[in-house]
Amino acid sequence: MNHLKKLVVVFSCAVSVSSAQVFESRPIPAVDVKDLNGKTVNTSTLNNNGKPMVLDFWATWCKPCVNELTAISEHYEEWQKETGVKIVAISVDDARTMANVKPFVNGKGWDYEVYVDPNGDLKRALNIGAVPYVFLVNGKGEIVSVKTGYAPGDEHKMYEEIKALTKESN
Amino acid sequence: MNKMIKLITGRILPVIFLGAPTLSLAQSSPGEIHGSFQIDGQYYIQDSTISAPEVAEKYLLNGYGDLVFTKGNFKAGVRYETYQNVLLGYDKRFNGSGIAHRYAEYDNGELAITVGNFYEQFGSGLILRSYWEPTLGYDNALDGVRVKFKPYSGILIKGIIGKQRYYFKTGEGIVRGVDAEVGINDLIKKWNDKKTRVTAGFGFVSKYQKDDDNVYILPENVGAYAGRLDVTRGKVTINAEYAYKYNDPSSLNNYSYKFGDAALLKATYSQKGLGILLAAKRIDNMNFRSERNANLNDLLINYLPALTKYHTYSLASIYPYATQPNGEFGFEAEVNYTIKKGTKLGGDYGTNIIVNYSGANSLSTEPVAGKDLYKSDWGKFGKDVYYKDFSLEITRKMSKNLKITLMYINQVYDKDKIQFQGSKQYGTIYDNIIVADITFQLNDKNAIRTEWQTLQSEQDYKSWIAGLIEYSHSPNWFVAVSDQYNYGNEKSDKRIHYFNCFVGYTKDSHRITLGYGRQREGLFCVGGVCRQVPSSNGLTVSISTSF
Repeated sequence: MNHLKKLVVVFSCAVSVSSAQVFESRPIPAVDVKDLNGKTVNTSTLNNNGKPMVLDFWATWCKPCVNELTAISEHYEEWQKETGVKIVAISVDDARTMANVKPFVNGKGWDYEVYVDPNGDLKRALNIGAVPYVFLVNGKGEIVSVKTGYAPGDEHKMYEEIKALTKESN
Repeated sequence: MNKMIKLITGRILPVIFLGAPTLSLAQSSPGEIHGSFQIDGQYYIQDSTISAPEVAEKYLLNGYGDLVFTKGNFKAGVRYETYQNVLLGYDKRFNGSGIAHRYAEYDNGELAITVGNFYEQFGSGLILRSYWEPTLGYDNALDGVRVKFKPYSGILIKGIIGKQRYYFKTGEGIVRGVDAEVGINDLIKKWNDKKTRVTAGFGFVSKYQKDDDNVYILPENVGAYAGRLDVTRGKVTINAEYAYKYNDPSSLNNYSYKFGDAALLKATYSQKGLGILLAAKRIDNMNFRSERNANLNDLLINYLPALTKYHTYSLASIYPYATQPNGEFGFEAEVNYTIKKGTKLGGDYGTNIIVNYSGANSLSTEPVAGKDLYKSDWGKFGKDVYYKDFSLEITRKMSKNLKITLMYINQVYDKDKIQFQGSKQYGTIYDNIIVADITFQLNDKNAIRTEWQTLQSEQDYKSWIAGLIEYSHSPNWFVAVSDQYNYGNEKSDKRIHYFNCFVGYTKDSHRITLGYGRQREGLFCVGGVCRQVPSSNGLTVSISTSF
């Protein structure tokens, strides 16, 4: 029972800290991931020069994730022209399908910046349960909103939020 | 000796006591608390048609909550798990509640020390992978100490020691290991901008467990090493890895004193619109656990990835593949190609085609006199087919509102070997599967997705037909109904409908889903690691959030 009491105390602190806002912005945790050429990159270096970024967690075996990234790819060029947004697609494929990521992304014709998180270190650091899991990051590198799951049409709402962020930083 | 002293006083001590350049964002912010919670509960209804096991408690629940506190270079976390009682299909040794995971970590970018529970992987995991997959009920976290050290740009050295998680306790065996990975392009200045990127790694892991056996003299320390090389140049990538394990006799390999080894080779070619993957994998006697007689998914030290296509459509996942750690020879070939949009074959939006052929055979072995028990021919595929899977998937957006995916799959599945360790009950199953997945977007916010599937087979359950209709209202709601009907079953009383309906609500990072209906019994697998799920009928509730 003791550990449950301790957990309740810590949890109520967490709740009181964040009850003021619906979502509290946070910096991206610094974790090592690999790019598609095998180079280790620390997520603290991810940035888009003051413009908004989208961190999209996906996997080659996750159909809604692939549908979401495909739907966005149809509008990506336009989004980039209008807002300068950068989509960073982070795959949580493990050792079984990690090698599949590069040919998959290319075969689908996507233009995103893609990384792999081999043992789920970044996934755990961000408390992600299931994919798809999408974070919207402002120009200062802070995560400002989160979305889980994908329903066709979600990309339109995402774009509204990206545009709002762009206006804010301007 | 001098060089050693220089390394310690020049590089290691200053890093520990003076702190190396810290990660800028983390340093200036005040402490933060984040975490996640998930609850999965099911109310079970008696259903003799599907031979659902009786659930005395009627309602079962799995839940967990995890918290992470970070401030500057310091991080601490805890995870509490509760099983009141554990859901059907998960190991019954998940019993009661407690702190399942707790740790504290200091990481200044050059040196990271973790005490408590941690997850770690060396290379592809052939000699070490501890990870958490809650949907599988898999958690082989290490409990001990981990050190990560980056003395120079391009070099990462890791050291670990600890015991593995065993439900709410730890296993008996002690696992220790070291790994070094070198990114040659980051290490050597002249190679910084070279077109060819090379990464090499080498790891060694050993486990200790006392020998209490009366019959055999069992090795108490068993070591394994693995080397890996990754080369990328332009459009081509090659990954090669080889692991060797010293003799590790146990009931799982009939007390063979033979060494074990695993080899993995993957080559990919990628350019815009085309991706090709070729992979081969050979595993021989690679069961590696921190307790010799652990079985199922308990206390596994390593991870032997399956090389087969991961299917998520319901009928295509009736026969999933599970890696055979005692021996298998697997392969995979996949081509992912997009026919350009604006062309006759491609249509207005382009057409994506994925072709995959994968499978696994036994090894070519013959028995030998002596403690090894058998020897295997390195280059040959064995004659027993464990699994073969050919699939063709075509996705095309037909118009602004209509998107269609068609898939054809052909499978060969040795159910006895894969699910029942070779007992002769079911034989090999041959099936053909067709899936049509159609999404119709009514407007910006509303969409209807339908799935139509059929599985044709003359073995085991024989033939099935399945359908799904899902309505979603972006961004928060979805409602779905689905049915899987085993119309072809030999026994007329087994021609059952597995009918389900779901409703779900998601907002930001919160998600609630309710489901009602019949669950088919079967194997649920992630990455070649599986758990058996019994049939059930009832109401399921899932709630998850993270903050």
